[in-house]
Amino acid sequence: MQALHGVSLAVAEGEIATVLGANGAGKTTTLRAVSNTVRRDGVVRFDGRVLSRHGPEAVANLGIAHVPEGRGTFAELTVWENLRLGAYSRRGSVKSDFERVLTYFPWIDDRRNQQAGTLSGGEQQMLALARAFMQRPRLLLLDEPSLGLAPVLVTEIFRIIRELNEQEGLTVLVVEQNAHIALQVAQTAFVLEVGRVVLSGPSADLQAHESVRRSYLGY
Amino acid sequence: MEIARRIRIRERRTRNIGGGVSVPVVLFLVAAAIFLVVGSLVSPIFAQQTVAGLAQGAIFASLALSLVLIYRATEVINFAQGEMAMATTYFAYQLTLWHLSYWAAFFLTLLMAFVFGAVVQVALIRPVQHSVIAVVIITVGLFVLIDGLVTWKWGADLKFMPAPFGNQVYHVGSVAFSRQDLGTLLVTILSVLLLWVLFKFTKLGLAMRAAALRPASAALVGVRVNRMLAIGWGLAAVLGAVAGLMTEPTVFLQPTMMQAVLLYAFAAAVLGGLESPAGAVIGGLALGVFLNLIGQYVGFATSELRLPIAFAVLLVVLLVKPHGLFGRKQVRRV
Repeated sequence: MQALHGVSLAVAEGEIATVLGANGAGKTTTLRAVSNTVRRDGVVRFDGRVLSRHGPEAVANLGIAHVPEGRGTFAELTVWENLRLGAYSRRGSVKSDFERVLTYFPWIDDRRNQQAGTLSGGEQQMLALARAFMQRPRLLLLDEPSLGLAPVLVTEIFRIIRELNEQEGLTVLVVEQNAHIALQVAQTAFVLEVGRVVLSGPSADLQAHESVRRSYLGY
Repeated sequence: MEIARRIRIRERRTRNIGGGVSVPVVLFLVAAAIFLVVGSLVSPIFAQQTVAGLAQGAIFASLALSLVLIYRATEVINFAQGEMAMATTYFAYQLTLWHLSYWAAFFLTLLMAFVFGAVVQVALIRPVQHSVIAVVIITVGLFVLIDGLVTWKWGADLKFMPAPFGNQVYHVGSVAFSRQDLGTLLVTILSVLLLWVLFKFTKLGLAMRAAALRPASAALVGVRVNRMLAIGWGLAAVLGAVAGLMTEPTVFLQPTMMQAVLLYAFAAAVLGGLESPAGAVIGGLALGVFLNLIGQYVGFATSELRLPIAFAVLLVVLLVKPHGLFGRKQVRRV
């Protein structure tokens, strides 16, 4: 089934961009088209280079980290093993990266031997961010980081995303149903409706946009 | 008091890691181990039978472990595992016919087995791996195919290889241990340990576990899942080859040599929980010792009853503890 119909969007280096849209609008498929986990036509350029269509591994090795729906946690493995896998596509020592992860997620230090599946939902989402960070990505794809989390945790997750963006220069493309918080954190936003980009621009403009306010912000 | 407290702490910890080994199982295994040690100290025959049982069980364990490896990676029982082991043992036999020493043939065979297992995965399993039933049918077909090809090439009559460990017997007090049993135990335990180190402490091992457990997530972090599955099948075939080569000195070379062993290994794997490598090893050793002791001390349990008894064990396990001794119920929060 074709979910996207000529979606065109661009993410600038060093920014946070967000894709908004209702259920079934094609948000997840957009990310999966980039990470090669779905069959696609069309072209995805990364750093000027056209991405091949040969499997997600190649995309991961180019420095694109994709935290999928359900967070992609290796539930049966330990927290540390999850992080180690994050750095799988890189050679060499991962110790300094682990220490940097700890500055953002200090609680991980005590829990590194815990089975990841036994973490709470919020912790698993943070672990997913940490795992992606271990990959030293140049682009981070996040699929609904707020899903199933209490509001206070959603705020916390997005605070960390912004921190990673500001302090590490991480480029982020985040797909979100919670337009409210996504528009606060992102600099650029795209609105998807049934597989097409119907609106795009700086978040501030979209926040002020009449139809976005009515459909996605609810006021 | 102290012990009770320690058990409680341990219980909490095991619950934290989400199942795995439960306290009753640990107590049961410890009790069994104490029983075996005390028995061996009291009676020389008991000691001999225990060691012989451990050697037998180590063979079951390595084949059971190869079944578990495949089961975790591909979610099927590879019914051809025993026949693949048998075929690789014939390969070793052929090498000794070409005047290679036993141990040169042994290691060359392990290498060959790895390639064999990986090729089976790439050529036969991968094209149909989306369908469990198709994979099962392929493995059953492979069973028949290997059986036929080996019989065609080498014949169905018994063949003999040089003895790997010689026929010496060591005496400790009044207990006699055969060098054959001790050697078998050493080789299988060593290969299991090496494998464990690979899986637990190397990046490759971690990637293999990730690919088997969560292929989609593994691909997203850059793991080449198909390659990992092929390596997994290769390693399983290597373990199978060890089991085959260690079986040969007792039953000699014949196309049917691994069929009973496969059934014992299957029972051992289920006893251990099918998903658990440690369970497969302990299940194998336990089954080997249990069968030997029953054979020694229970009058009516003649060798014809060995296989039925193994399956009685299997049945009881499935009824009482369907996840096996080490199987885990998934604990997962969303």
